[in-house]
Amino acid sequence: MSTPTAEAERARPAAAAASGARVEFRGLRRAFGATVALDGLDLSVEPGELMALLGPSGCGKTTALRVLAGFEHPDAGEVLLDGEDITGVPANRRDAGMVFQSYSLFPNLSARDNVAFGMRVRRVPAARRNARAAELLDLVGLPDHGDRFPHQMSGGQQQRVALARALALEPRVLLLDEPLSALDAKVRLSLREEIRRLQLSLGVTAVFVTHDQEEALSMADRVAVLNAGRLEQCAAPAELYERPATAFTASFIGTMNRLPGLLTGGGTVAVAGQKLPVDGDVPTAVRDVEVLIRPENVAVAAEPDGEAVVASASFLGAVTRVHAELAGVGTITADVPSRDAVDLAPGARVRIGLAERPVRVVPSASPAATPTEAAAATATAGAAAAGAAE
Amino acid sequence: MAAMTTSTIDRPARAAATRRRGRPRIWRGAVLALAACYFLIPLAASFVFTVHTPGQGVSFEAYTALLAADGFTDSLLLSLSLAAATIALALLLAVPALVAVRLGAPRLRPVVEVMCMLPLVVPPIALVTGVSTVLRWGPDQLSRTPLYQTFLAVQNEEFPLVLVLAYTVLALPFVYRSLDTGLRAVDVPTLVEAARNCGASWPYVVVRVLLPNLRAALAGAAFLTLALVLGEFTIASLLGFEPFAVWIVTISGSQARMSVAVSVLSLLITWALLLLLSRAGTAAATAAPSRDSSRTSRKEP
Repeated sequence: MSTPTAEAERARPAAAAASGARVEFRGLRRAFGATVALDGLDLSVEPGELMALLGPSGCGKTTALRVLAGFEHPDAGEVLLDGEDITGVPANRRDAGMVFQSYSLFPNLSARDNVAFGMRVRRVPAARRNARAAELLDLVGLPDHGDRFPHQMSGGQQQRVALARALALEPRVLLLDEPLSALDAKVRLSLREEIRRLQLSLGVTAVFVTHDQEEALSMADRVAVLNAGRLEQCAAPAELYERPATAFTASFIGTMNRLPGLLTGGGTVAVAGQKLPVDGDVPTAVRDVEVLIRPENVAVAAEPDGEAVVASASFLGAVTRVHAELAGVGTITADVPSRDAVDLAPGARVRIGLAERPVRVVPSASPAATPTEAAAATATAGAAAAGAAE
Repeated sequence: MAAMTTSTIDRPARAAATRRRGRPRIWRGAVLALAACYFLIPLAASFVFTVHTPGQGVSFEAYTALLAADGFTDSLLLSLSLAAATIALALLLAVPALVAVRLGAPRLRPVVEVMCMLPLVVPPIALVTGVSTVLRWGPDQLSRTPLYQTFLAVQNEEFPLVLVLAYTVLALPFVYRSLDTGLRAVDVPTLVEAARNCGASWPYVVVRVLLPNLRAALAGAAFLTLALVLGEFTIASLLGFEPFAVWIVTISGSQARMSVAVSVLSLLITWALLLLLSRAGTAAATAAPSRDSSRTSRKEP
């Protein structure tokens, strides 16, 4: 994960106070025929904050952004900008700059004219708008590209110009609709740092839609996880990772083991032959729970009389991801330092150890929270993580 | 030695490959020559007919007498003004409609396509029969209403608006095809949203964003409409008007040489205008490449 520059971090509070606006979604609902894209979404974004909307395809994150931009009208609910209801305000009067997934530069205009487009609409004198466009192109690292047309620039350069165009009118909120998804990995990485640096230095409130959790966790102040049009959890990246509030968030963010456990009273849970303290709320109505444990909190050691068997091991560089079958529990995923994973070949008997630290528990979805399903959930989360890492 | 052996073996293979590469070029040349003959021989023959009189030698009198010929300038100007009006009306109708369908009701696209293509299957003779029936019926039925004057106005001989209406219908399939191709090449919804997001009103979006990016398609539509109007004979003739094509036929009976000279000249004028439109379209296309090429990802420096 990358971190924004320290300089930008220092610049943030003053700048944030200068231009960031507070954004609020209140009970947003939007349906397309029988498909409900937003189902009573409540969310607020603080001034100067970068909020990532994260979720699987069809969860409503883009719809929420489009409602904020004014391109979609909600069936119910309202959107507030600094407390002012802008639900009925047309898109061209919303004071929101947007960067689209598909670059969206005007093909017939040069980079400079693209950046100056909004100022031209507002009849800013030519000399002033050209100077401002040059300043913004400089800001996004393209000072010599003003005369180039979109087809003469790379995808990353086009997206930088789009960012400059979105910032040209000093918007109160910056909207980013998967702006990096069409770029290759290297450009994506550099541009996301660039976006974060700019957002922090300008202090503009930003809403960033992405399906890439690595992107969301690395860039955002807070991440809102959406599922089926509803907000699952909104929290800082570290909290989201360490303390997922729902089973969905736990499965969706990173890789998570969901192991069957039994509450034993006194705020502890028995899982995989160990007793661990429960972190957060302890369900009172049920005893059967799912225990959420990250792979890095699972230790695996080769032992001839170990209770588990290695099913597969994948070398990922610094760590090796090991899937082990444990009788009565199911598949457990562990991230083992690669230097300690030499003996963990498929078929090897191993001993499993869970880190002695508080764990999150969620009520079992159904008696069906069987080891097989837990393994499937783990596999899904693993696939999502692998996709994010691409 | 090995190199020599390889070279010896390769030589016939290379020769065969060269022969194979040479064949398509010969065929291509032959086909092009045949097509050129098909188009150019009648033109050349027409030209020779207009300038050469057996026993009298070469004379350009047929061309020099054109400007002074009765009706030449009037009919040519009428055709050009009809073409301009038809292009304007067809684009005014088609551009907003197609953009609206693309943005707001993509499901209606097949319906609009069928409607626009309909004139292709209705022969002009059927169209003109219907139009003349209405024009005859109208004055009788509407003589006591304000519409009576409208019926007279659309048949004004100096500028028969009824021809513009009929030609617009005839041009609709070509205009539709050209614009549809242009709209497919541009990511219209995203461009519109980007412009709206920058504060642009709807008229501003259409004039400053969509039309400049559709210039090639607009030029294509205008190109085809112009060609259609300049060459249209049936409707104008049957409705009793005399644009350029009708005038050529009229004088062909009395002045055969001049009528052919006019045909040759009209072809050249049409080509010149088409070339002009085509160049405008090409320039626009160079400045605004298609969606695919605009997404070409070059290496980040």
